[in-house]
Amino acid sequence: MILQQLINGLMLGATYSLVAIGYTLIFGVLGLLHFAHGEVLMAGAFMGLYIIMWSGLPLYITLPLAMVATGVLGIIIDVLAIRPLKKDFHLAPLLSTIGVTIILQNLAVKLFGGYGTRFPEAIETVNYKVGPLLISSANILILGVSLFLMVVLYFFIAKTKIGKAMRTVAESHTTAGLLGVNVDLIVLLTFGIASALAGTAGVMIGIVFHAITPFIGLTFALKGLVVMLIGGLGNVVGAMIGGLILGMAEVFSIVLLPTEINLQDIFSFGIMIIILIFKPTGLFGTRVTQG
Amino acid sequence: MDYLISVATIAGIYIIMALSFYMVFMTGQISLGQAGFMAIGAYVSAICSVKWGIPYVPAVLIGGIFSGIVGLVLGLPALRIKGIYLLLLTLGFGEIVRVVAINLKYTGAAEGFPGIPYQKHTLLYAYGMVVILIIFFSRLRRSRMGRAFQAVGSDEDAAEIIGVNIISAKLLAFSVGAFMAGVGGGIFAHYQEYVEPLMFDVMHAIEFLVFAIFGGIQIFWGPIFGALVLTFVPEFLRVIQEWRMELYGALLIVMMIVRPQGVIGLDTVQTLNRLFRNGLGKGGAESPQAM
Repeated sequence: MILQQLINGLMLGATYSLVAIGYTLIFGVLGLLHFAHGEVLMAGAFMGLYIIMWSGLPLYITLPLAMVATGVLGIIIDVLAIRPLKKDFHLAPLLSTIGVTIILQNLAVKLFGGYGTRFPEAIETVNYKVGPLLISSANILILGVSLFLMVVLYFFIAKTKIGKAMRTVAESHTTAGLLGVNVDLIVLLTFGIASALAGTAGVMIGIVFHAITPFIGLTFALKGLVVMLIGGLGNVVGAMIGGLILGMAEVFSIVLLPTEINLQDIFSFGIMIIILIFKPTGLFGTRVTQG
Repeated sequence: MDYLISVATIAGIYIIMALSFYMVFMTGQISLGQAGFMAIGAYVSAICSVKWGIPYVPAVLIGGIFSGIVGLVLGLPALRIKGIYLLLLTLGFGEIVRVVAINLKYTGAAEGFPGIPYQKHTLLYAYGMVVILIIFFSRLRRSRMGRAFQAVGSDEDAAEIIGVNIISAKLLAFSVGAFMAGVGGGIFAHYQEYVEPLMFDVMHAIEFLVFAIFGGIQIFWGPIFGALVLTFVPEFLRVIQEWRMELYGALLIVMMIVRPQGVIGLDTVQTLNRLFRNGLGKGGAESPQAM
């Protein structure tokens, strides 16, 4: 029973991690809170849905396609709503990304309706019995894909030239520019990667819950923020581990705490407030994507 | 006409809310918890008038005072953190207030709290409160306390060095801001005749922040202008009904690109002052008072 919940928690947590990594990457590189990140996730889920429906191709082709599409959306947001802003008003990006949130959400309601849209069966659901445990193919897929993406991202940031450039830009835009790094390109790339990860999370949410609505963005955005905070702002590895911690904590809070009151929502925000009060740098320290 | 009056009344309440955000912001603190304080004021004043039969004005004031006390308590942990951390702390606070309201059987839980006596002169009370706040803020700007607030807002360390007690300034601003939001909530509750937790969710807290930043946060006329314009604009945009929310979002983005300090900045006020004085034949010789 406990092990079963552990697996559910890990699966939930893996999607949280993917969202939080996007937040933390953008915060690390640009120092701003990308408010529309949850709506990017929602848009990614819908784009994935239509790509799967129209193409009918297997998931290992459609998922990367959905990632690319969401990445492009993220880049468009950066070019239209964030790059033109002047740097010395730190509240301006907050407001312009709120504007993006409003636009994306209302467009989605218009295009897809305010009700849930059924997500196509992207994979065959097979339940494997491992001893007393019941593991579905969706669980394996989500855990596998998220862990794979996280490992790839870690090595990308730690080892590659572009990853090093990202870390330099996160340190200081001016210095990075002086060292010959194309800062604008790196920022663009960061938005692309962060949004692609959110898109992946969106598609996975569709696969697990079988339906998506234009309103899933906010819920996962808030969870992503909590995770970013648990892991430490700008800390990619922290966001990965933090997501898994929150996912498991939530699942266990449902099992262990009384069910007559709706506690799990308070639970994650309670964790967030306690961390903010006692250790605002997060459990793993605020540092810039170490490699 | 009735419709216009109802929009104007809501606009009045929103002005109070935007000013409550501005009050906290004067000391450099960003709060996404104003919807939570509004909820506390709304619920407490509703309990006062429905369960205990307290008349309108004291009931609303009790709601405000209660909210102010909660604000004082939340202001304590807020002393340690700033910027994005404070944003997240207050956001978590707002969500917790909402979840508590959803689970509180005493006030009708998620179904809402009905039967609050209707105040038919809400328009007068709301704008009466706005006038009081305008007088308060214009007095505050020239007072010792107000200058201390502004000093803390523009540079905390410098303010501390010249002997401003930043702890009391920040706590006071937080608590007074919460009081204003609570009064706004009380007025709102007695206008709507019933309150439900959904009325005070994150999107509303964001709305108050948008009003204030859009209007301008250098001087208190900004939030007033922002709340008025942004409440009325979507109503007038009903002509182009279908796309009004998308336009609203685009307006936010364009505004932040063109004029990130908000519509009403210090320069606007100075220009208006000069025009006003010239019009009266005094000439522009008098230097405008330190803004």
